[in-house]
Amino acid sequence: MTRTVPPASEPEAQTATAPKDVAPAVALHTGTSDVRALLTSNLRQSGIYVAFVVIVALFAILTDGTSLSPGNVTNIVLQYSYILILAIGMVIVIIAGHIDLSVGSVVALTGAVSAVLVIRQGMPWWAGALAAIAVGLAIGAWQGFWVAYVGIPAFIVTLAGMLLFRGLTLQVLDNISLSPFPSEYGRIASGFLNGLLGGNGYDAFTLLIGAVAVAGYAFSNFRTRIARIKYQQPVESFPLFVAKIVAVGAVVMAFAWQLAHARGLPIVLIVLAVLIIAYGVITKRTVFGRQVYAIGGNLAAATLSGVKVRAVNFWIFVNMGFLAAVAGIVFSSRSNGAQPSAGNMFELDAIAACFIGGAAVTGGVGTVVGAMVGGLIMAVMSNGMQLMGIDQSIQSVVKGLVLLLAVAFDVYNKRRAGTSR
Amino acid sequence: MDDHILEMRSITKTFPGVKALSDVNLQVRRGEIHAICGENGAGKSTLMKVLSGVYPAGSYDGEIVYDGQPVRFNGIRDSEHVGIVIIHQELALVPYLSIAENIFLGNERRGRGGLIDWNKANAEAAELLRSVGLEEYPVTPVGQLGVGKQQLVEIAKALSKDVKLLILDEPTAALNDNDSAHLLDLLRRLRERGITCIMISHKLNEITAVSDNVTVIRDGRTVETLNLHAGEVTQERIIRGMVGRDLESYYPERESHPGEEVLRVEDWTVWHPTQDRKIVDGANFTVRAGEVVGIAGLMGAGRTELAMSIFGRAYGRNITGRMFVHGKEIRPRNVSEAIDAGIAYATEDRKHYGLNLIEDIRRNVSAAALGKLATRGFVNGNEEIKVAEGYRKSMNVKAPSVTSIVGKLSGGNQQKVVLSKWLYTDPEVLILDEPTRGIDVGAKYEIYTIINRLVADGKAVLVISSELPELLGICDRIYTLSAGRITGEMPVGQATQENLMELMTKEKELAA
Repeated sequence: MTRTVPPASEPEAQTATAPKDVAPAVALHTGTSDVRALLTSNLRQSGIYVAFVVIVALFAILTDGTSLSPGNVTNIVLQYSYILILAIGMVIVIIAGHIDLSVGSVVALTGAVSAVLVIRQGMPWWAGALAAIAVGLAIGAWQGFWVAYVGIPAFIVTLAGMLLFRGLTLQVLDNISLSPFPSEYGRIASGFLNGLLGGNGYDAFTLLIGAVAVAGYAFSNFRTRIARIKYQQPVESFPLFVAKIVAVGAVVMAFAWQLAHARGLPIVLIVLAVLIIAYGVITKRTVFGRQVYAIGGNLAAATLSGVKVRAVNFWIFVNMGFLAAVAGIVFSSRSNGAQPSAGNMFELDAIAACFIGGAAVTGGVGTVVGAMVGGLIMAVMSNGMQLMGIDQSIQSVVKGLVLLLAVAFDVYNKRRAGTSR
Repeated sequence: MDDHILEMRSITKTFPGVKALSDVNLQVRRGEIHAICGENGAGKSTLMKVLSGVYPAGSYDGEIVYDGQPVRFNGIRDSEHVGIVIIHQELALVPYLSIAENIFLGNERRGRGGLIDWNKANAEAAELLRSVGLEEYPVTPVGQLGVGKQQLVEIAKALSKDVKLLILDEPTAALNDNDSAHLLDLLRRLRERGITCIMISHKLNEITAVSDNVTVIRDGRTVETLNLHAGEVTQERIIRGMVGRDLESYYPERESHPGEEVLRVEDWTVWHPTQDRKIVDGANFTVRAGEVVGIAGLMGAGRTELAMSIFGRAYGRNITGRMFVHGKEIRPRNVSEAIDAGIAYATEDRKHYGLNLIEDIRRNVSAAALGKLATRGFVNGNEEIKVAEGYRKSMNVKAPSVTSIVGKLSGGNQQKVVLSKWLYTDPEVLILDEPTRGIDVGAKYEIYTIINRLVADGKAVLVISSELPELLGICDRIYTLSAGRITGEMPVGQATQENLMELMTKEKELAA
């Protein structure tokens, strides 16, 4: 047995030349052509940011600027916060390759439980909120059990849940609406933090929070960049990096400016921001988050890599139940009561937000931030069309087409990526 | 002059980076049973896919002459139209439909108004079932039949299409002895009716029993066609053709210093997850530190099932037997416990079971040992990059960075990522299932070098392969597996391709 393979493919030869490999890697850092590379390589992601900007601009023009007025920007946040909260949980469910059709009913049931305790029994607002969350967790555990341990497809389990929890809502409420909540409960969704630092015609506190957020964003990006350079990973060129931070900062400050000129910082926005950051970290940085992506990307490979698939699936649904309960609290607070039909069709808005935001139908792909942008695209479109007085029926047609096109774009992208293999 | 129903001339088929068939010639006489044999990966199935139009005309070079006419098939419908029917190893029947519905699927018997005439269909189906010797009602759902009977339904389906040339890909691989004998009988009867058969098979005793001619394929080339009527062609003669004589080696040298025993498996028996048969039957084997041990077996012998059942019961049911790592008995109930016990298993099918193709190198390398990168559940992303980068360099993965998507790498580089993933779990014993399947010669050499490095570090390596030269080239000791039983064990010095092949094709007299 002799060696007949040329030395070029021998590992020893390769390690000898390894130090030279560093040079091209460093050269990548300062490349100027990587604006295009960045855009094309992240088309799936960057595409929806571009779409978002275009849609915002389009409705600003169509409504003569009304859609970007301080009052309306505040309204969009208040009106769609619960859909965004649901979309955070939903995107995790979808990344793992499942679906959850029951969240609308869970929103109704958790809100109803809270309303019964607070309005009918006269308990304090926090007792209602805690009870709602307990119910949400229990529902999540119920559905997680059937999906993960019995092996019933999530589509069926949550379709059953949709009927089940809607029926329970009617039971809990005795088929009638309950209202109103005491004012403290209403503050969850309709309250504002303002006037803490004064301001002349605007709220200085809101601007300060906006500035802190921008600084935090810049700092964390900068830290990531330093670490990547230290580990010799390619990063975008410095001017592009700065431009990105300036652009995000400008958008955030413009947003804060508009809020500051309306009623200040909505409490629900703070809740939403905390959830987005927390779940952004959970999906990207934790073992659990990684396992979610692994399961959705290749279930068999994840199983054979020692991922405890059943446990992960179970907790995904428990988490969805938790977030649906949070959304239920926010929604009942905003509507100042509980109705038997609350949350109808919310699941579809949340699912649409995820797919518009770049989640893949086949699982394994998606981000929390993407789902948020997807949700905002839906929000800005609905709100803009309402401002324009467009009929509900047309709104529904437009939303349907946008969802279809977004997923078609995703499928097209994937096919293109597949052929280049 | 011979009357050839089929002539394939100079067929060459290239996949990106791999030449699967190169100048293959095949001549099949009308009304004969023609066997094709060769090792796994020799190109038999590819050749049949070219013939049946799965790979359309134009995607290969060469010429196909069928019934005296040059033909160009653009799909499987074209080839079926002229009477060529292929029955794949994985049967293509719908389990919930009845026998008759399956037989006429896509070829429905229509009556008045274009509606299906079920009476006619069932009557015809009953006739076809009689001709293949299957005593079942045409309305029985196929899912209620055993594999052997399903095979007969497939043949009945082929007959319903007026088949002239029937191609069977490993028809008896999943059958027991009785069903196999019945099937071979049926093939003889079809021959009497003038139907030509091409049979791909590993089972040399079956080939010599029923075939008129056998064509041997090796490494994508035709080696020879032997006429079995002459009576002087023995199984040994065919084996010599299959394995060839050219042992010009592509294996890096290694000095063997086996140490203490790392893995011992005793009396390991595994049942099929749904069917009532044993897949692995009382297997015993050991692997020592610094030793490469091979398991030689043909497809369907239970190699992968053996490995996966050891790997945290990832396959099978009613698993019995004991296993020891470093002399201590372990009973892993799932994959994660097997990994913790120091076992790693790199699958034979890296695309379906080994890698998350839509993720990057970094995420795949860390997938089986994320815990090592995490503190309190949070993954250290920078450390992860460092680890992956380390493996990218040491394994010589040819990719611009560790954030390259794994699905876009070549087979050899994907395999290096799989190996990196398992090495990062720091296993005591590494099971490699077909570690060089579908990768080119240069990358193979690199994989062998990596294996040598591992055993030099005192790891125990178990290699499963159907490529005998590979096992002879890299192993210290080889077990042969046939029909779920270990039929032999020998140090590499005593092993030859011939005596291994003999043990691998050994019939189940032991099992009876």
